[in-house]
Amino acid sequence: MGIDRRKFIKASGLAALGLAGLAPVKLFGTEDSTQAVSDSVSSRKEIGKPLEGKRWAMVIDINKCLREENCTACVTACHTAHNIPHFDNSKDEIKWIWKETFHNAFPEQEHEHLKDHLLEKQLPLLCNHCDNPPCVKVCPTEATWKRERDGIVMMDWHRCIGCRYCMAACPYGSRSFNWRDPRPFIDRINPDFPTRTRGVVEKCTLCEERLRIGQLPACVEACKAHAMVFGDLEDPDSEVRALLRENFTIRRKPSLGTHPEIYYIV
Amino acid sequence: MRDKGRIIIGLVIFLILITFPVWYNVARGKAGYVPQLEKPATVKQCVRDTSFMKAHHMDLLDEWRDRVVRKGEVMDIDMAGKPVEMSLTRTCLGCHHNREAFCNRCHSYMDVSPYCWDCHVDPKETK
Repeated sequence: MGIDRRKFIKASGLAALGLAGLAPVKLFGTEDSTQAVSDSVSSRKEIGKPLEGKRWAMVIDINKCLREENCTACVTACHTAHNIPHFDNSKDEIKWIWKETFHNAFPEQEHEHLKDHLLEKQLPLLCNHCDNPPCVKVCPTEATWKRERDGIVMMDWHRCIGCRYCMAACPYGSRSFNWRDPRPFIDRINPDFPTRTRGVVEKCTLCEERLRIGQLPACVEACKAHAMVFGDLEDPDSEVRALLRENFTIRRKPSLGTHPEIYYIV
Repeated sequence: MRDKGRIIIGLVIFLILITFPVWYNVARGKAGYVPQLEKPATVKQCVRDTSFMKAHHMDLLDEWRDRVVRKGEVMDIDMAGKPVEMSLTRTCLGCHHNREAFCNRCHSYMDVSPYCWDCHVDPKETK
């Protein structure tokens, strides 16, 4: 026996004493650490009148979009506005708006003799802000929910516990999980929008932070071809309603009954 | 009670050690130490009463968070009746430019570590 009971109790007592003595040091002995002040006020956006709508929707004209060769203006604008990190490993990828082939976007509606450009080129995809969102049903903390007043499927990153049920539920791959701390992987941080932390799920919020100060979604604003049109589906005179009336449009995976609110003119 | 002497010596050592931080600060002349916070030079009045802010700024921030994220509101009314944007980065840091000399100095004195800035951005740190 290297150590008997008596020695063990003595050692434990000393150890406890040491810990008890250490703990209050921090409480009493904290000192100031003054850093050099270098002020720079955040680049403030004008607060305008909020855009009002009862059911936001988007119509994307694939033909107009695909006419711009290899354009990624919408993706870049979104990534800059929302501090989206870039990871080299595609498994870590964070997606809000991204580009995908017709084959992958509309698996139920493709065949091998489609228009050439639909077979080859990539079109923009984003969260569909479904009218019947499966991700909302499974969220145990109400960190994601559908806004009653305008139909946006919102995220509250304060409340997300990172269980990823919503990612399993979303049939469109619109949700991404932060496996790593995203901050070091953001090219230029926009101080007007928070970053996220490791362990939360994120997705497109239809730029609700811009709508509420009177601006259109960043992707819509950035689209050079005016292929993306944003508007209120409940307003019969809106541009989206006019486009839906005049053109044949499709939605992603309609058979699932999620009622996506992003429409594509093919 | 054969070990009476030893026990008393032990207790004295224990008391000295456990009150060491107090003696240490008294000896350094920092017994009544309170952190000095850097206050905004131009603005004299916060969005609420100073005593309320001292005790309840975290409750106000919670309220702002819920109103912005969950209710989609933008503006609050400050105690002077003027509208202010409910924003940690723009409104709070708009006056308290130096987060280190205001937020952190008191938080570290109180030994609390809120994680606001894990996500919210201090414009100075984006360079």
